[in-house]
Amino acid sequence: MNTALAGLLVVLVAGGTTAAAPPALRVCADPNNLPFSNARGEGFENRLAELLARELGARLEYTWSAQRRGFLRNTLEAGACDVLLGVPVGFDPVLLTRPYYRSTYVFAWRRDRALDIRSLDDPRLRGLRVGVQLIGNDGVNTPPAHALSRRGIVDNVRGFSVYADYAQPNPPARILDALIAGEIDVAVVWGPLAGYFALRLPAPLALAPVTPAADPPGLRFAFAMAAGVRRDDVALRDGLQAALDRRADDVRAILDAYGVPRAAEPPR
Amino acid sequence: MDGRNARRERNRRLAIAVVATVAAGLLAAQAWTDEPGRTKADADDGQWVRAARDYASTRYSGLAQITSANVRQLRLAWSFHTGVERGQEAAPLVIGDTLYVVTPYPNVLWALDLRRDGAVRWKYEPKPATAAQGVACCDTVNRGAAYADGRVVFNTLDAQTVAVDARSGRELWRTKLGDINRGETMTMAPLIVRDRVLVGNSGGEFGVRGWLTALDLATGAIAWRAYSTGPDRDVLIGPRFRPFYAADRVPELGVASWPAEAWKIGGGTVWGWISYDADLDLVYYGTANPGPWNAEQRPGDNKWTNTIFARRPATGEAVWAYQLTPHDVFDYDAVNEQILVDLDLKGRRRKVLVRPERNGYVYVMDRATGEVLSATAFAHVNTTRGVDLATGRLTVNDEKTPVLGKVVRDICPAAPGAKDWQPSAWSPRTGLLYIPHQNLCMDFESLDTSYIAGTPYVGAIVRMYAGPGGQRGALTAWDPVAERAAWSLREPFPVWSGALATAGDVVFYGTMDRWIKAVHARTGELLWQFQTASGIIGQPITFRGPGGKQYVAVLDGVGGWAGAIVSAGLDARDQSAGGGFVNAMRDLPRHTPRGGTLWVFALP
Repeated sequence: MNTALAGLLVVLVAGGTTAAAPPALRVCADPNNLPFSNARGEGFENRLAELLARELGARLEYTWSAQRRGFLRNTLEAGACDVLLGVPVGFDPVLLTRPYYRSTYVFAWRRDRALDIRSLDDPRLRGLRVGVQLIGNDGVNTPPAHALSRRGIVDNVRGFSVYADYAQPNPPARILDALIAGEIDVAVVWGPLAGYFALRLPAPLALAPVTPAADPPGLRFAFAMAAGVRRDDVALRDGLQAALDRRADDVRAILDAYGVPRAAEPPR
Repeated sequence: MDGRNARRERNRRLAIAVVATVAAGLLAAQAWTDEPGRTKADADDGQWVRAARDYASTRYSGLAQITSANVRQLRLAWSFHTGVERGQEAAPLVIGDTLYVVTPYPNVLWALDLRRDGAVRWKYEPKPATAAQGVACCDTVNRGAAYADGRVVFNTLDAQTVAVDARSGRELWRTKLGDINRGETMTMAPLIVRDRVLVGNSGGEFGVRGWLTALDLATGAIAWRAYSTGPDRDVLIGPRFRPFYAADRVPELGVASWPAEAWKIGGGTVWGWISYDADLDLVYYGTANPGPWNAEQRPGDNKWTNTIFARRPATGEAVWAYQLTPHDVFDYDAVNEQILVDLDLKGRRRKVLVRPERNGYVYVMDRATGEVLSATAFAHVNTTRGVDLATGRLTVNDEKTPVLGKVVRDICPAAPGAKDWQPSAWSPRTGLLYIPHQNLCMDFESLDTSYIAGTPYVGAIVRMYAGPGGQRGALTAWDPVAERAAWSLREPFPVWSGALATAGDVVFYGTMDRWIKAVHARTGELLWQFQTASGIIGQPITFRGPGGKQYVAVLDGVGGWAGAIVSAGLDARDQSAGGGFVNAMRDLPRHTPRGGTLWVFALP
């Protein structure tokens, strides 16, 4: 028997077992939101999903849905898919793994501007054109947007809705486009978004974590992120946890490759 | 030919083609009564050509076969399932021998034959973009169509206005007015004034900038657009703008009452009701709340959000404006209906606009000038302490202002207000305004982690619950001259349906727990009720059928913001779901399934 024929036999045998095809790891994801995910599989959550599927011996399936109002209801809760990636710890509607990374809102500015802004209390924030991300859910917005208004920094602040124009690639990234274009001097942005585009946008960006790390009452800038499943899906959560634990080094490597800024554990 | 001329030329050709089509249609249908436009608009011909029935938005019919004496004999004549089981907020229309009903997304328009118990004549499917469902804030509702000159005109959830030939169901024109990718949707019922179709947008929470737009009835071409925020030229404020209060007679308030450029994404959308006074030649409508900024981030009055505008329908020019809730911190969208009536106030006949407002007050305003004549609480209110009639300004109670990181309890009314979109009815026979409303308060409590589009944030938990008395809803008969309730009926759930008043002294309204009710217009006595298949949030209407008989029609199909726990299947365990409304409605799924049926009643 020559080797080519042997190879064919292996394929046939494997083909004969498709009735017992590996179970699917069904991930709910946004098809247009880098650096998190997109339909071409270019986001770090795509890479994490692939890693987890391999580790669980499952084939990867996506249910695509813009992560907007009704996302949870129409995907995970509707049973269309089983796993969410990048869910902040404390988000109660789903059952979470332990966090696999912790990031923070960062100040971002063009490197060709010697700004080096690190603190919400930096007096220069009163004079610079500052961009913040807006959520718009009953007037609730990103923590930096609230923190600045608490300090009376309002008139020089420009808001960028995370929804923006969904016909454009990666809508939440418009705040960084404005930074590159010089429409704003500094942006206060969720770390993974800034970290990814800092590596890819035409002008180099500098990033610094927002300090102080908390702004009581009620505001903090670092969030631990985990994977989530339906509340009764304990077995799947445990399986994901075990896979995340076994592949912790690979998870870290993916996050590093995407420039995700990491935040330290909060002091206890 | 420059671009504009080319467009005009195209529109002119289109107009000629359309006019020819319509003329052909009309010749074939002599039995049809056309909306006469101006003077005959309020004449009672047994039809129902716009959601509010007349330009004054009375929702009052002069039909009097069905009376408080015989309404107990009302029977189901026929019913029709629309095929869409989401929140049905629309008013059906009746023109000639045809009844039209527009559904929630996917916004199917049905034409039903009144000579054959509602047999389908045709249906028209505009096929709006699927993505629109994920953008609409509060269920995928549509508040109805409007009819004029042989055309049925309505909005689609993906921000298009379409005109359909009333006889054939053929699409005559379709105009894209907003971009669903930017969060713009349309849910309101258009108002047609002469050759202008007036429509407005929804989506303030996405940073949409609100507008009212006039389209040409014949072609769908945009005639003008008046923004709610921004420079005077965008708001169509010109030299003849004369608001009543001196503080409003300052140029560029749509910019100056905001920080920096916050007005550009400032909200003030136009998703509610429009009225028209032909004598004054003014249209009236309200704008929604400011967004998506948090309140601290937008110091200032945030004009012209939460504002009533009076405009010329031909040009859009603003004649006066009055801001009901300046610098709104409660989400009190000012989109409610304005009823145009003439009242004797303090011995003087006044042309007024009566407006039961979300912030809990019934405003009586001089509709020529915009002066507030009275503003009286019709529900339990503690967020504000009334209107200063000297300045027109609402006095805010700072103790009830939500602040992130602070627990604020017992905020009344809650975010949907003392009354939301659900339109009231006016009877000239009783001088009473029949206000369907809710009785809800809310806590703005602790903090909660959430995320959207990959971005985590710290949110607030809003929880709504029944206000004083324990009932969540009411139908209140309000005397705007005496400034007090004549009577009020308690309802376990918010009364999220419209009201209808008739010359038979009967008032109709629907409840979320599946009843269409008829009560005595003078006493509120329950005279008749019928249990429908699903809860009612639609607008009851009445009409004279081809055989001369009076009918009453209403859509069931619970939903909307109040009923999304059923129509969108929100999780009852998530108290803050649906903007905190779910907490107040946890028991609704035990009372009603989804639905989407038109019910038509008549005497035997």
